[in-house]
Amino acid sequence: MGIEQKTGNMGVVTTTLEQVVNWSRTNSMWPMLFGLACCAIEMMAAQAANYDMSRFGMELMRASPRQSDLMIVAGRVSRKMAPVLRQLYDQMPDPKWVIAMGDCASCGGVFNNYAIVQGVDEIVPVDVYVSGCPPRPEALIHGIMTLHEKVKQEKLNQWK
Amino acid sequence: MTETRNIEISELRHLVSERALEGETMLLNMGPQHPATHGVLRLMLELDGEEVVNCIPDIGFLHTGVEKDMESKIYQKAEVMTDRLDYLNPIGNNLVFCLAVEKLADLDVPARAQGIRVILAELTRLSSHLLWLGTSGLDVGAMSLFLYTMREREIIQDIFELCSGQRMMTTYVRPGGLWRDIPVEFEGAVRSFIEIMPRRIEEYESLLNENPIFLERTAGIGVLTYENALRWGATGPIARASGVALDIRKAMPYMGYEQYDFDIPTRAEGDVLARYLVRVAEMRESLKIIRQALDKLPYGPVNSNNRKYVPPPRSEIGVSMEALIHHFKLWTEGFTIPKGAIYAAAESPRGELGVYLESDGGSKPYRIHYRTPSFAALQLMPLLAKGHFVADLVAIIASIDIVLGDTDR
Repeated sequence: MGIEQKTGNMGVVTTTLEQVVNWSRTNSMWPMLFGLACCAIEMMAAQAANYDMSRFGMELMRASPRQSDLMIVAGRVSRKMAPVLRQLYDQMPDPKWVIAMGDCASCGGVFNNYAIVQGVDEIVPVDVYVSGCPPRPEALIHGIMTLHEKVKQEKLNQWK
Repeated sequence: MTETRNIEISELRHLVSERALEGETMLLNMGPQHPATHGVLRLMLELDGEEVVNCIPDIGFLHTGVEKDMESKIYQKAEVMTDRLDYLNPIGNNLVFCLAVEKLADLDVPARAQGIRVILAELTRLSSHLLWLGTSGLDVGAMSLFLYTMREREIIQDIFELCSGQRMMTTYVRPGGLWRDIPVEFEGAVRSFIEIMPRRIEEYESLLNENPIFLERTAGIGVLTYENALRWGATGPIARASGVALDIRKAMPYMGYEQYDFDIPTRAEGDVLARYLVRVAEMRESLKIIRQALDKLPYGPVNSNNRKYVPPPRSEIGVSMEALIHHFKLWTEGFTIPKGAIYAAAESPRGELGVYLESDGGSKPYRIHYRTPSFAALQLMPLLAKGHFVADLVAIIASIDIVLGDTDR
């Protein structure tokens, strides 16, 4: 009320730096165009016409890790792919986030064997896990919204 | 964790030409993270300027160990893994696994289940071709096509969800029949889909067929001759675009495909454009099959009556001691299959998908091997890519329609 409403009428918004930066980070988060297996198909479905992830500022998939903020690990990660995935993560500029999409990326899923990394959190730090085999596009969007909530609560002294 | 290391060019001597060793041509790495490789394929390119001198595919980035894993699982559980092989054709993978099990166990499948399997297999083919059309359109620069094809693909996913509760990994086809009968809404949903689909296919064609950029980028690119198609073991739309009229549905009919009237579209050119035209024509044929199968679909049970392989319905368990025992046995130790080996094949959207199954008489497969069409198609890459530009290479990868889950298993 009071002074805030008055300054609002004058075209001035008072906020904290923390809030405004976190807000801008959530609404233009560019994911990396990086599909591994089955979940990548559902990730494509989430971007296509019916689910339309661009409503959340997420439609701009970048093929280069240098230009992206978010890595969606969509699918099973094999032992051969693991070093590649880690290198891609290292190439992303800070701040960066990781979503483990699907059961395989989260914990190995149905493939408890020699070839598959039992959860991508063995090689990169994961922010949000999305369950499902594969998760529905709604589930992925929910995972992204959960990540947005997380980013909004980041503190100034924790910024990277 | 696997270590990475730098390799010297002399170690690649057996793969590249002499000119590369002298530094005359450039070696370029494409993938495994590249938007045009449709997954995690890595191509090592030897380039002279922008021209591809040699192209060496490096696979295995999605090796999942499915075949080995299946050896330690009973047949019902092993089937769940087959969905995730070729993830654009999950029902087709289930189907070919069940065909092998049914052949070896001499298990009958009721006519209604066969009809439903055919409808679902053709819907899967449509959904796979739709995704292929969208992504290969993206690769040659036709962005909007992707949004249109995914719109129709969602209708198919909804139909799968309607009957199985899952959009992609349905495991709906089971040895001896189906998981359960289709819901009443199924027929209406499929009929309305095949009603709208011909007009939608015309819509895609109007975007591409006379588009000069699309024609420029596809006509005469990546030509595969009739002889080479036979020599390199190409199957499916790739072979048919080179004039080989081979379709497992006609050559070795399964699931009652012989009773449906459909054509095998073929082209003689063998280039990227021909593969596109064959796939679009195939979508129309699939619609024809679905329509006939729906019209002919008989009433009756959807599961075999052989209780040694198929669990009894819930209603029987409460009243019959024998049914209870069968139910318990089937879901604890599984069923056993007589000793022997079998090869079963089906036409997947990518070509001949075969299963070699060997049983030692136990309840788990002794050895199971998948003959996957993508694996055979991928070995064509060096042949097709030579002499073309890097930009054409993208169109060629798209046109052979590989799924890396299918290649690496």
